[in-house]
Amino acid sequence: MLDRNKCYHIASLFISLAILWLLLSGHYTLLITSLGLLSVLFVTLISLRMNLLPFDQPETFFRFMKYIPYGFWLVLEILKSNIDVCKRILNPRLPISPRWVTIKASQNSEFAKIVYANSITLTPGTISIDVEDENIDVHALSDIGVEGLEAGDMDKKVSQAEQAYV
Amino acid sequence: MSNAITIISGVFIITGALAIIIGLIGVFRMPDFYTKLHAASVIDTMGTMLIIVGLMLYSGFNLVSVKLLLIMIFILITTPTAAHALAKSALHGGLEPVLNKNKS
Repeated sequence: MLDRNKCYHIASLFISLAILWLLLSGHYTLLITSLGLLSVLFVTLISLRMNLLPFDQPETFFRFMKYIPYGFWLVLEILKSNIDVCKRILNPRLPISPRWVTIKASQNSEFAKIVYANSITLTPGTISIDVEDENIDVHALSDIGVEGLEAGDMDKKVSQAEQAYV
Repeated sequence: MSNAITIISGVFIITGALAIIIGLIGVFRMPDFYTKLHAASVIDTMGTMLIIVGLMLYSGFNLVSVKLLLIMIFILITTPTAAHALAKSALHGGLEPVLNKNKS
């Protein structure tokens, strides 16, 4: 019943919950720590009972880890487009030209598509409205945002992060 | 040394507050709902990011800054989801976006 894959997923949930508890509590006396250990164990048992663990997924430790370099790149992009949007807001003539475009998403997995659509929304000036199979409907504030999306830098970066092996 | 870090964190926090003010001005100036969302995302990203980075510098490297980092990560995950839900439900409710009102 308990094969290697299941053990792996249970252990990784337990360890990450324990690390989260240790970081958030800040109390390290024996009583409090044992209570924390009990609650971590309880949460692991409940999520095991509710079938919340992704047993069909392969054993990749912390799947999101490979998106961390992409995150740093995304923060820089966010700052750049923030400055652009701020300039447009403060310009007395309000130079906006709202547009509605459809963008191709070349990612394979659902998770990478979610990351891509959320990155589009997170960047000021573009909001992803709908995701269907390979197309993302985007509402953009200006032509510059549309040009940036159609150049496909962000799409390529997400695909690279998706294929990176950790 | 700690004085310099205090000043740098103050600069970050003040810049973040300015970003929030600019975003608010944008929310009032933009013509329709969808463009108002763009202005609001300035508040979500630049305002919160700069203020939290400033507070992290102020608190130094300890458990408080780890908690602040976690808060920033959760804000950066949840706000695009909320913006997407608002925009999609507005479209579903039949609110037509104003497109290409004035060319830039």
